[in-house]
Amino acid sequence: MSNTVFAAVMMAVGIALAAVTQLIPNEYFFSAAYTVLLFVILATAWNILGGYTGYVNFGSAAFFAIGAYTTVFFYNAFKAPLLVGIVAGTLVAGLAGLGLGYLTLRLRGVFFAIASLALAVVLFIFVVNWDYVGGARGAYVLQPKEVPFGLPRYIHLLYAVQLVMAAFALVVARVIEKSTLGRGLAAIRDDELAAECSGVPTLRLKIFSTMASCALMGMAGTTFPYYLSYIEPSSAFSLSYAVNSIAMPLIGGMMSWVGPLIGAVLLGSVQQLVQVTVSSAWNLLIVGVLLVLFVTLAPNGIMGWVDAWRRRKGR
Amino acid sequence: MLGNSVLTNTRRVLGALFIGLALTGTALAQQPLKIGFGMSLTGPLAGNGKAALIAMEIWRDDVNAKGGILGRKVEFVYYDDQTSPATVPSIYTKLLDVDRVDLVVSGYGTNVIAPAMPIMMQRNLTFMTLFGLNVNSKFNYDRYFQIMPAGPNPAVGWSQGFFDAAMGMSPKPKTIALVGADAEYPAMALEGAREHAKKTGLKIVYDKTYPPNTVDYSPIVRAIQATNPEVVFVASYPPDSAGMVRAANEVGLKTRMFGGGLVGPQFAALKTQLGPLLNGVVNYEFYAPDLGGKFPFLEQFLAKYQARAIVEKVDPLGFYLPPYAYAMMQVLDQAITATKGLDQAKLAEYMHKNTFDTYVGKVGFAKNGEWAAPRVMMTQYHGIVGNDVEQFKKPGRLTVLSPKEYKTGDLKAPYHENKK
Amino acid sequence: MEVSGALLANAVIAGLLLGGFYAAMSVGISISFGMLDVVNIAHPGFIILGSYIAYIVNDRFGLDPIVVSVAVSPLFFLLGAALYRVYYYCFERRGQESLRGLAFFFGILFITEVALVLIFGVDYRMVSSRYGDVTWRLGPVDFPMRLVVPFLVSMVMVIGIQLFLTHTFFGRAVLAVAQDQLALRLMGVNPVRVKELAFAISIASAGVAGSFLIVIQPVQPAIGREFIGLVFAVCVLGGMGSIWGTLLGAFVLGLAESFTSTFFGPSWAPAVSFGLLLATLAFRPAGLLGR
Repeated sequence: MSNTVFAAVMMAVGIALAAVTQLIPNEYFFSAAYTVLLFVILATAWNILGGYTGYVNFGSAAFFAIGAYTTVFFYNAFKAPLLVGIVAGTLVAGLAGLGLGYLTLRLRGVFFAIASLALAVVLFIFVVNWDYVGGARGAYVLQPKEVPFGLPRYIHLLYAVQLVMAAFALVVARVIEKSTLGRGLAAIRDDELAAECSGVPTLRLKIFSTMASCALMGMAGTTFPYYLSYIEPSSAFSLSYAVNSIAMPLIGGMMSWVGPLIGAVLLGSVQQLVQVTVSSAWNLLIVGVLLVLFVTLAPNGIMGWVDAWRRRKGR
Repeated sequence: MLGNSVLTNTRRVLGALFIGLALTGTALAQQPLKIGFGMSLTGPLAGNGKAALIAMEIWRDDVNAKGGILGRKVEFVYYDDQTSPATVPSIYTKLLDVDRVDLVVSGYGTNVIAPAMPIMMQRNLTFMTLFGLNVNSKFNYDRYFQIMPAGPNPAVGWSQGFFDAAMGMSPKPKTIALVGADAEYPAMALEGAREHAKKTGLKIVYDKTYPPNTVDYSPIVRAIQATNPEVVFVASYPPDSAGMVRAANEVGLKTRMFGGGLVGPQFAALKTQLGPLLNGVVNYEFYAPDLGGKFPFLEQFLAKYQARAIVEKVDPLGFYLPPYAYAMMQVLDQAITATKGLDQAKLAEYMHKNTFDTYVGKVGFAKNGEWAAPRVMMTQYHGIVGNDVEQFKKPGRLTVLSPKEYKTGDLKAPYHENKK
Repeated sequence: MEVSGALLANAVIAGLLLGGFYAAMSVGISISFGMLDVVNIAHPGFIILGSYIAYIVNDRFGLDPIVVSVAVSPLFFLLGAALYRVYYYCFERRGQESLRGLAFFFGILFITEVALVLIFGVDYRMVSSRYGDVTWRLGPVDFPMRLVVPFLVSMVMVIGIQLFLTHTFFGRAVLAVAQDQLALRLMGVNPVRVKELAFAISIASAGVAGSFLIVIQPVQPAIGREFIGLVFAVCVLGGMGSIWGTLLGAFVLGLAESFTSTFFGPSWAPAVSFGLLLATLAFRPAGLLGR
């Protein structure tokens, strides 16, 4: 399937889902689905750098928070509508990714991982001290009383927007995966030295991959302040975003765009379910245990199982 | 003959109808009254959340023992919000749309109250909240109610007692140092303190915050000492409260008055850990055994709470949240009973217009849902010996400085000469 | 504020004492990451585990927490060896250590944190030690024992490890395995065994560092995460694979934090530390004393 066809299909599916599900009467579905979609975007974004290129980013929360706080900034400064926040947040996060990449991608992968963690801390301190976006006290972003497109409540709009953004992220991931760029990234992942020797412009590709990944992670965060009406640094920079954005592609499969989607839907739904049934610390325990189990026993995730099964069938 | 059988039949039908109605009536009356909420059972504020939950469960059992509210037994439906704002919208939409609870209250703290506000406002629900500092100033929701006794201007009311006591020293102090953690509550409390400083003409000689995971507080206290403040106001959370008090003792901080907004020393864990290090520190408390006479039912409640707290490994004293968690449910109970139903508009109207008798005294609400008048107690610790917890269950370990109606003594200044 | 000599002297002392503590926390990473190339991001989790064990025994029997942790360190040693075994068989042998090993340790970190929460709850725990509230004053300079005792024990531990590495057979094997595994094999030493030993030492050091942490400040399960960045920063700053480098990096970070806290505002202290880290990565990735 060519890229344009895929994009069209994805967008159509996204809009159709958004329309059809509006019929669900209870609001809880939208709230939970919004969170799962958030993780779809985050996991897909992380995988561009992690799964395709082989560079681990521990600072997913930082870029997520950049997206969120850019929205807050534009809301405070210009009372800007949601769309402006989304575009701005994505761009700023992408620029931050460019900065991080430029600083550290000339070094070994492990340094990039540590630097991403350090960046998260520095950014956190910066936001905590920046009173314009609320600092430690947090910032309030009030949902507009008039919901566009005649939707009943604001959460329905957020859900629809999130769905469209998730479709967009998946399209971007697939486009990158199937393109020459994607093959270059795979070469870097498998053996960077060999790739460099074969003429792959590793630094340029890595920087591009980082930018794309970070921009999408920022995009995931842009609607978040509207969802909660309140955002404060500790929860925006929560390490659970970092863990989940690694665990979900790992569990789903890091080789293609399908893996993060499966991992996010599966793990995200389980977490949402556990939250309103068993509840409590078991949530995090499940993520940790699943992460460890999958990483030791099923390194290629669920998609790896599917591929192996397909290969066996084909024989 | 025909007349008789008609009469008998009619009687039978009427009898059946009557029994039927009675049964339906009782069936309706016996439908439980479901109250839904999220509560911090894990995460940084879980210690308080669990304590509040125990208090609310004691209330539920007390109310049900007396036959419930309007004849309906009270049931709780609650989920762990992990002290994380991100879980709140899902929790409350599930409670309202899926579990179909009759009434909602909030969890503990601004972090989990603020994200629930849009949902409450969209559905015009009356929302009783537990200890969020100044949440309604942004939303201006007329059905928001707060059980924390900070008064209509919470940031300022919070430290009112501290500044009253400070300006009561003679000669009047001229300089003040402000310090606190980089987090939501301390930032708010410090803002209020700055306003007080302006009003009282105190010169702010130090005004800095520190990150919550600071390891060593002595450099901070030394820097404060270098500015020679006469008053030091601290707004902190439990770990840094401990750190600051320890550092003040280590460095030998010399000032006339020290403390004000430390979260932590209200709980047994910090009281016992710091022990005599707390002597001389001025801090807010919500209850102390020295006030036993003024809150008659509170002692019985605390006995019940303390018995459960030991088993469930939560704060064994229960002087902080539990009385207020109980009180907020009492307010709702009285409002529902008085308005004879769950009409949210009527509830809100009733709660705005009336005062309530609760275990923490008379409760009245201002227009913005906060308490009509601030009643944060400012106290000074003294006479703490060793690290055992039983001493705190009896009076004599602190002096209540304000408000006037609960005062038990005067401030002893300066801080460094009164650490016994 | 007047920058008096006393204030300056105290800032320096506080910074050095803090640095000693940071060194204890980071020496394990210096070994596992610097020499073995194992990105053990769960290291702070083991530090917290050590804190809790020190807490339990101190609470129950009143024994000094640092003594407890030293006594318990063989258990951590064994734990470290077992963990390395798993890591080796699942990842290193298959050549997939970079990404998956990282994720593996991330998961371990979370599991230890959540397990501690389930067992102990989220309340802050402290220990009571005989020297916890004692402060020596030498003129205008304060030496709080709460920081001095961990500092001294930490120095013993760090220098001890360095001596072990340079003066014993196994120690030198560890240094060798960091440089050239093949050569080591050719000389008849099993590099896996050697790495297992080194990793075990690193985890044991984490356990001991845990007792330092709980002597210095209250501990609850989630604070491990706050130290991940710090311990890696110390190692990178100092130079990977060099214990002296780790010590130097720790002192630099301790001093930077102390000075920022005292003179500029404590709020910026962590940013200074990590700013230093990022600057090091950008301009001198080998660190101060790195190879």
